[in-house]
Amino acid sequence: MAKIELTRNTSIKNALISRYPQLAVFVVMLMGYIFAILAGLVGTPVGSHNFIIVFVWIAWWAILILVAVPFFGRGWCAVCPIPLPGEWLQRGAVLNPPEKKPKWFNLRWPKALRNIWLQNISFLLLALFSSVLLTTPNITGIVLAGMLFAAIGLSTIFERRAFCRYLCPVGGFIGLYSQTAPIELRIKDKQVCATCEGKPCYNGSTNGYGCPWDVFPGGLTKNTYCGLCMECLRTCPHDNIAVNMRPFSADLAKPSTRMDEAFKAFIMLGSAMIYAGVLLGPWGVLKDAAYNVGTSAWFIYAAVFLSIIFLVMPSFFALCVTRFENLNIFKKRFATLSAALIPLGLMFWVAFSLSFVLTNASYILASLSDPLGLGWNLFGTAQTTWQPMLTTILAPGQTLALVGGLIWSARTAQKAANEAKVSAIPVIGYCLIVTAVMLWLLL
Amino acid sequence: MKRSELLSRILITAGMLLAVGTPLFFWTQTPLIHARMAENGGWNPDVIQAEVGNPLHLRLTSDDVMHGFSVGQMKMDAVDVEPGKVTDVTLTFDKPGIYTFFCTRWCGVNHWRMRGTIEVSGPGANPEPAPTIPLYVTLGFDLDAPHESPVIPSNQPSAVRGQQLATNLEMSKFSNPDFYRTNSPYQLFEALSSTNLSDLEKWDVVSYIWQSNTTPKALTNGRDLYAQNCAACHGENGGGDGVFADDLAKAGEASMESMTGATDMLMQTPVDFTDSKRILGAAPALLQGKILRGGMGTGMPMWGSIFTEEQIWDLVAYLYSFQFDYQGEAQ
Repeated sequence: MAKIELTRNTSIKNALISRYPQLAVFVVMLMGYIFAILAGLVGTPVGSHNFIIVFVWIAWWAILILVAVPFFGRGWCAVCPIPLPGEWLQRGAVLNPPEKKPKWFNLRWPKALRNIWLQNISFLLLALFSSVLLTTPNITGIVLAGMLFAAIGLSTIFERRAFCRYLCPVGGFIGLYSQTAPIELRIKDKQVCATCEGKPCYNGSTNGYGCPWDVFPGGLTKNTYCGLCMECLRTCPHDNIAVNMRPFSADLAKPSTRMDEAFKAFIMLGSAMIYAGVLLGPWGVLKDAAYNVGTSAWFIYAAVFLSIIFLVMPSFFALCVTRFENLNIFKKRFATLSAALIPLGLMFWVAFSLSFVLTNASYILASLSDPLGLGWNLFGTAQTTWQPMLTTILAPGQTLALVGGLIWSARTAQKAANEAKVSAIPVIGYCLIVTAVMLWLLL
Repeated sequence: MKRSELLSRILITAGMLLAVGTPLFFWTQTPLIHARMAENGGWNPDVIQAEVGNPLHLRLTSDDVMHGFSVGQMKMDAVDVEPGKVTDVTLTFDKPGIYTFFCTRWCGVNHWRMRGTIEVSGPGANPEPAPTIPLYVTLGFDLDAPHESPVIPSNQPSAVRGQQLATNLEMSKFSNPDFYRTNSPYQLFEALSSTNLSDLEKWDVVSYIWQSNTTPKALTNGRDLYAQNCAACHGENGGGDGVFADDLAKAGEASMESMTGATDMLMQTPVDFTDSKRILGAAPALLQGKILRGGMGTGMPMWGSIFTEEQIWDLVAYLYSFQFDYQGEAQ
């Protein structure tokens, strides 16, 4: 399937270039975000009846993992409210660049940290506390508020969107999985970028800001770090930026060789499996250990969690790299082959999320009418009783997602193995085994 | 600054104010009474003010598990207080006083600690009548002294058989309520020693006398009260093996371990009403006292502020049904 340039359509292009539609979405999202924090802090402590738990961990998560990431890649990042207050402060404007820029520190992000290891750590931090985080409104409220303030603080110290690019616990995996999405922002002609003076897409102009994600669009080959903010579409003086529809997982034809991204794939794959066991499984001991943060049982749980992700799964995967010449080449091959785990991990998360989203979706209606648990009935749906939805399609849907993910990862493994010049069979075998384990955990 | 920028900033500021102000405003305007398990705080607030004749509107919500709400000494049906939902209750008090409200759902091992008070006052309120002195006080019963029956029946005594046997005996002095309330079944058994009845026959007569001092309606009422308020600890069948019995025993052991010189580790073990020695040696007034006052450190709560006197006598009558065969007297 060839690419289809969506920005050829004048209406789409104008809608993306204009700041007003984006601003309208930003305002609504930010209002929802602030409302969610307040609901978490002053609303009912019963998670299933509090807006923040229901709308963040059920509604938002469902949209993110089942729709936004698979079909729009970093589409969520394009409308995420977290960086907005900091970015507006940093820019000194909410629309076009002002004549006089505010004087913030505007530092470059430290070179040693220009990777996603911090995002790996921030995700794991949340993951280890997830049983409490996912069920306790005020904890989620504090975490969301903390992320907002962290983004504001980093915007006043560092240039561009340092929080999104290097710290956001969600941004890391969205970036990883956005490589599979059938949408991309790319340049049309490399030569135009090469000869472009001033590179306003990166440095900014009167029409817009330099790339907030610290990416030079002329060098974009993957979706991983493009936040789809559309600034380059506004600043490019040569109309050389395009938003395209493309085949799924186009970026994985030339996989990354970075270890931070490779380990992100293990973190996500392993977390989905552990969550399936802990949150959806029948083992009360595991649930108690995950919930009772600070107890010795929880420390054991955390140690096992981290061991599975950083030792067990990567160690077995390392056996898939059947050729060893030197350590550097081995690491590159390891990272390249781990691309096969990206579609598999995404589909693991789809299968896992289907389970708890369909089980808990009925809470959305009740919470919509009574978001703080104060006894309101705004839309007449406050008394909606909890009822799992579409239970008949759950198991077939999960099976389809996992088997589809396995086939998808097998095809990706073949391409990655060609790049790494090794056999794809061990990688496919690895994917087959973890898929079988995930099927057992979910079904 | 450009006009568009200014308008955008105003829009954003208004949006933020709306997002912050709306929940805060409605939150402050919606006072709720929060129910939490006792170890997490119980009722909040736990003291409520009200006036005689003025309807008191309460909005109740649970912050953790399912609770229930009822007010002692008042005729009202208990309402459920569900997690994250709001239950509306309207109460009207016709006399002043301090009323106890309490949880009616077995929410946890400390469920009985979930109590609060409603202080009802008002102009024209009648002065509090002098409190009635409980019978056990009048009689000088020591509620904490052992009161075991030295003799127990070999089989469950039958009120039906007892009634047949009693027709040939002079029973008038035993049949009146005063005797029933102030004497234990064992005392009556002893009083029947001058007859030529066998031991089991004497117990049958005791059973009959105890039954004749209650009614099917009272037994039914007692059974319902027991099921709702007592069975969690004492067990559905009175065996001291309710759902919280093990937890209470553990809590008792833990608390006793911190006390010096303690040897008995049964501090919080609920009483077994099927234990004949214990129940047949207890007069109704003694059981009434225990229910009224509570167990003083044993974990048995005091019910005097919750049950009416009639309810307590009904409950006492029902407790003896664990010993005597009343043949389906409860309705």
